Order: sequence, then C-alpha cells, then structure tokens
Amino acid sequence: MMSFMALVSRDVRLAVRAGGGAALAVAFFAAAATLVPLGVGADLWLLAQIAGGVLWVAAVLAALLSLDRLFQADFDDGSLDIIALSPLSLETISVAKILSHWLTTGVPLTLVSPLLGVLFGLPAKAIAVLSLSLLMGTPAISAIGAIGAGLTLAIRRGGLILPLVVLPLLAPAVIFGAGSVLATLNTMPGGALALLAAYSLAAVLLAPFAVAAAVRLNLGG
Amino acid sequence: MQTPVTIEVQGLACTRGERLVFADVAFQLAKGGVLAVEGPNGAGKTSLLRILAGFIEPSAGSVCLVSGHERVREPEERAKLVGWLGHADAARSQLTPLELLRDFSALYRSAVDVRAALDRVGLATLASLPCRYLSAGQKKRLALARLLVCNRSIWLLDEPLAALDARGKALASDLIQEHRAAGGIAVVATHESLNLESFELRLGGQIP
Repeated sequence: MMSFMALVSRDVRLAVRAGGGAALAVAFFAAAATLVPLGVGADLWLLAQIAGGVLWVAAVLAALLSLDRLFQADFDDGSLDIIALSPLSLETISVAKILSHWLTTGVPLTLVSPLLGVLFGLPAKAIAVLSLSLLMGTPAISAIGAIGAGLTLAIRRGGLILPLVVLPLLAPAVIFGAGSVLATLNTMPGGALALLAAYSLAAVLLAPFAVAAAVRLNLGG
Repeated sequence: MQTPVTIEVQGLACTRGERLVFADVAFQLAKGGVLAVEGPNGAGKTSLLRILAGFIEPSAGSVCLVSGHERVREPEERAKLVGWLGHADAARSQLTPLELLRDFSALYRSAVDVRAALDRVGLATLASLPCRYLSAGQKKRLALARLLVCNRSIWLLDEPLAALDARGKALASDLIQEHRAAGGIAVVATHESLNLESFELRLGGQIP
C-alpha cells in the first residue's frame, strides 16, 4: 500500500507541475465547450438539448490529450524499468497510473462541468446528472485510455494512433453519459446512468490486466 | 547485509527481430561475485541484462536465482531482487534529485537514508535543483544514488561508467566493491575496465 500511494503521489505531482498536462486538459475542455455556443448561436433550447453530447465529447477529447503522459515519459527516460522492478506487480502499477490520471483529469473535468452546464442553459437537475455522469464515466476514460497508452508505448508519435485505438471503445460512455443528461432534460425514463455505471465498473476492473499485458510486451521489445 | 543470493545461467540464447544475438551463454555467480560483460556494439550486452531482469524472455536456456534457500525462476519474482541501472538515467526533468530518490525509496519500501546516498555520490549540494539542470555525468551519479536507495541484492548495471569523470568512475567502482563486500552480486555491461577483481564474459563472437 505504501508503494502504491508513493507511485500515485509521484504521478499526481508530476501531472500538476509545469508541463504535466493536468491544467491543459481542463483548459481544453472549457475552451472547446465554450466555442460551441458561439458557433451554434443563442438558441437556449437547442443548446440545452446538445449540451450533454457536446460536453461528453469534449471531456473524452480532453482526457485523450493527456493520455500519452500516462506511460510515455516514464518509458522514454527509463523510469518505467525501475518502477516495473519495484515490489508492485505490473497490474497494481497500472491501477496506480489509472488512478492518478483520473485524479488529475477526470476529477477536475467533473468539477468544472457545472459551470459549463450553466453556459449551455441546462436546468439544475440536468446539471447534477451531467456532473454525476462525468464522475461515474471518467474512470472508464482513464482505464480504457491506459490500454491505448500501453499499447502505443513504443511507437513514435503514438499520440496520433492512440485516439484511433481508444475512441471506439469509449463510444458507450459518450452514448450513456450524454443520454442520461438528455433523458433528464426531456423527463424521459432513464436507465442510462445505470448502464454507464456498469460499463465504467467493468472497464475499471478489467483494464488493469490489459494495460499490464501491453506494458509487459513493450518492456520486452 | 544483503540476503545471500546466487545466480545461475545456463545455455542462454537471445533472438532480437529474428536475429540471433548470442547463444550458449552460461555463468554462475555466488555471493560477492562481479561479472563484467564485454563485447562490441550490438553483441547483446543490454539484452543479456534485460533477460536477467526478466524484461525479455530468452529464446533458449534458463535463469535461476537462489535467494536464501529459495529458487526463483519466474521473471516477475526475479524482478523483486534486482537493482537496475540502465543507460537511460530516469532523471525526470521536473523533479529534484531529492524528490526523485524519496519517491523511489517509498516505492521500494527502502530504509536507506536518501540524503546520505546523495552525499555519497557527491550531489548533496544539488539536492533541490530540478534534474533538467543536471549534466549527463551528474545524472549518472544520481542513478548510482538511486541504486543505493533501491537497496537490492543483485545489481544489473548497463554502462555505469559512461559520462562519468575520473572521480565518478572511481566512485562507481567503490560502490560495486562495497556492494559485493556486503554480499551482493553485480553484472556489469561495460566497455571500460572496472578496476576491480571480476569474472569476465565476452559476448559477440560472430554467430554463423
């Protein structure tokens, strides 16, 4: 546990420092989401209808931006070799990496989402659902993103291939997340949040094994 | 004192990208043993170290570590005995040497004094300077300090003398000497003389 917390605190510290990319993800999320009302115009009804979809897509893209820092820097400078030889298994290391990515990306995105919800003219209840869906869904983004980051580790400019690997796998999160906001808005019966929770739980439980396998492959390459 | 370990390697062969790099490598190192691995570029020195660490699967042969009375064959188990110094020095530019060593110390659950290790390698005055300002030689010294902090019984060192000045080289040799005196083992890939008594393994005869 001590080793685990040491790794998480190291990665969180690196992400928050200059060049770490945590602030970048939030800034991208806010900037992208702010551009949409400017482009669509001041039709509040329309904005509210598309808010869930736009914010979820922006959140996924913002999280993707910072995925390459998950393993790439550690791999390039040899730190990953030393981390891999630590008392932690590669599976546990993957959990630590996913957790620190979520803490520095998923959590801040969730925290700024109410502000952007107001910008899109969402009623309070829909804003609450939006934030809740992001809170539940962003761990899946980090977990599945980590699989992509592990797989593309040894590829130069892997940053461009990463979205192609990860985005199809994240489609369910966007569908359920955006769907839950829309359902609340139009007072339709909603099962989307439950589906999102199930999807997220499965992703978080299974991804570390896939991530560890991918990293093991690249350490041997 | 380190837990007494021995390392037994038999009939080891390594294939990289369908090219046979080396074959039939065998050696045995007991407590206090130092093996200097020599050979031209591409002879497979780094590959041999990565096989020993368990990163790469050998294409033939076996690596067996004996720790206490336990025989350790699984790569993931072997990893828990290994202290690694690669040619990449793992000096993350945003961290200071002190932070970096503290992180690895916690990660490895080590009881070694971090400041004493920095002092030992002559970086005490640079402890709070971000690593991006360190020279290549200073980064190598930091890697040596990390090796001390990680406190493992089997050292796998890839070119530990590269980029070091004369005193740095002497320091590296001293550290290896102290490590073996404490009962540790070291396998060192190097192009230069270590200036200490060691077994030698020469890789890189052209394999037909």
